[in-house]
Amino acid sequence: MTENSTKDPVKTSRIDLNKLDRMVRRFERLFVFLVPIVAVLSALILMAFLIFSVGSDPWVAYKGLFSGMFGNNFDTANTLNRAAPLMLMGLGVAVAFRGGLFNIGGEGQIAMGGLFASIVGIYITGIPSIVHIPLCILAGFIGGAVWSILPGYFFAKHGINLIITTVMMNEIANSLVAAMVKGPLLEPPGYEPQSYKVLESARLPLIWEGTRLHAGILIAILAAVIFYIILFRTPFGFAVRCVGENETAAKHSGLKVFRIRMLLMMISGGLGGIAGAAEILGAQYRLREAFLANYGYEALAVALLGQKHPLGVIISGVLFGGLKAGGASMQRATNLPMALVAVVSGVIILFVIASGILTRLPRYLAKKEASRGA
Amino acid sequence: MELEAILSLFSQEFFYSTIRMATPIVMAAIGEVIMERAGILNLGIESMMMFGAFFGVVGAATFGNAWMGMLTGVVAGALAGALFGFIVITLRANQSVTGTAFNIIGYGLTTFLARVLWGIRSEPLKVSQFQDIPLPFLSDIPFLGYVLFDHDPTVYIAYIVVIVSTIFLFRTIWGLRIRAIGEHPRAAETIGINVFRYRYVAALIAGGLAAFGGAMLSLAQLDMFVDRMSGGRGFFALAAVILGRWHPVGVALGCLLFGAGNAIQMRVQAFGLKIAPDLLIAFPFVLTLLVVIVFRSTANPKALAKPYEKEATLE
Repeated sequence: MTENSTKDPVKTSRIDLNKLDRMVRRFERLFVFLVPIVAVLSALILMAFLIFSVGSDPWVAYKGLFSGMFGNNFDTANTLNRAAPLMLMGLGVAVAFRGGLFNIGGEGQIAMGGLFASIVGIYITGIPSIVHIPLCILAGFIGGAVWSILPGYFFAKHGINLIITTVMMNEIANSLVAAMVKGPLLEPPGYEPQSYKVLESARLPLIWEGTRLHAGILIAILAAVIFYIILFRTPFGFAVRCVGENETAAKHSGLKVFRIRMLLMMISGGLGGIAGAAEILGAQYRLREAFLANYGYEALAVALLGQKHPLGVIISGVLFGGLKAGGASMQRATNLPMALVAVVSGVIILFVIASGILTRLPRYLAKKEASRGA
Repeated sequence: MELEAILSLFSQEFFYSTIRMATPIVMAAIGEVIMERAGILNLGIESMMMFGAFFGVVGAATFGNAWMGMLTGVVAGALAGALFGFIVITLRANQSVTGTAFNIIGYGLTTFLARVLWGIRSEPLKVSQFQDIPLPFLSDIPFLGYVLFDHDPTVYIAYIVVIVSTIFLFRTIWGLRIRAIGEHPRAAETIGINVFRYRYVAALIAGGLAAFGGAMLSLAQLDMFVDRMSGGRGFFALAAVILGRWHPVGVALGCLLFGAGNAIQMRVQAFGLKIAPDLLIAFPFVLTLLVVIVFRSTANPKALAKPYEKEATLE
């Protein structure tokens, strides 16, 4: 036994454990800011390398990208319009993450939100905007929330891998929307698979003279504020964070983990539903298949890059919205395909998730120090 | 629908295409069995299949030979597996998130490179394809001969891989070690097994096998690359692993279910039933969902998806 304890570096360490703890905390706080910056820079460098290796000029590509992001008022509005659904879904992913849920069902939740909102926006007539718009948003929320119930239940109750179930739900939702716009919702004469336009009374107002910027961005910011208040200022938010930090401890302290997770998953899906609804009501006006393709997955990068914090999600949402808007003009400038945006979001996720190991650095150094002292 | 029509759905042709549809999933799923047995959950199978499919075509176009294409694809997949391994084994990142990021990159990068290399042409680049080779004698067996032994060589390789992986996992010392690592890595390390090394090997094998499955799509079933052509097969493979209880033979049988699902979907479409084709496309996904939910089990390797810390680095 004594032999064992001399080998245990923590016990024999000359290092004050409290000091170590403070060090770790300071490190973590620093990393909240450092990791996203490094991740974005690394992704940009990697992307430049990729652009270079396929024979294009990274400088020209980036200039095209940036001018497409904020080149003029119209581009800026476009960036913000692309950012709105990414922020809303990103908030959804972030809030789920806080409670230990990895919701990658965004594609499906967005699709269902769009579907529900379109139906309400097209077929409920004769009500003023002030009622119709909230009703459509609510329908979108319900659509997204309903679509997240099944994966949420089987994860929270039986621990079934949330990713497999949500990805399957994504594919099913996409098929459902495709079938709807080619069938029941098809606008005659049906040359194109799309629904009728939503009624004037259901459309989100444009909020910037001379551009296409719609109120979706305001909804996203409002959602971020509510997110902040609930997560950091209410008992429910505290419970959510407890469950996310340490499930076992949360269970033992009497929290109803199952109920919290179900609720959280539905909120998360509902935010995705609002993202889909806002896109239909503000930008596209009618339902088409895959009307926000890939946004559900890119929202993951938005949430992780934003460090699961509402403010961070807003900032990284603008960044990714810019990538979306600028990607198109980059494509025109250099003929580089838009798919590059997906690569960047994947790389950023990897950077952020792999950087977790860095927070262990102080502990590792301390241990090294201790074993030298022993 | 009449009974006759239903029966004709299950013809010799149906079982033939079931096998054809199932074998790429089998390859990916066997890789996943080995990886999960070593304690790593690879949700990035899709991406590795995409790399296999894409680089398979690149290789076949470069060397003018389907076999060289397959080799190129497998090497690319194994490299992706090694990178996945580095991130989840050495850097101990969350395996689910990493796998998802891989899938995003896998779709994005292959689409990107395909556009850059081949542009957007009306006619996609066609490469030399694996040809069907009926096996002598075996293919003369009535009914089953055609169903099982009248395929291209990659299908036969899939049969062999099922057998070899079973022997590898349950009859060799390396298989035993991999299983030990998946159940109780700490105990395994105590008796001197290098956990990291075996997990890396498993990741390499899994990446290579998934890429083989992907290249089967682009080099055997088709003769070209199509965007997102893995079409969720990586997830069917994951479900098949659960269905087959982490045993190669069981998993291969589980894959047959998904092959059949695909085959049914195609034949029902051909029958002109009054079901929206888009809903039929969703059928295999519904099947996967049901399998994952209904056949959930506690038989999974105990250390699955848990990052491991070497004894030496333990605080």
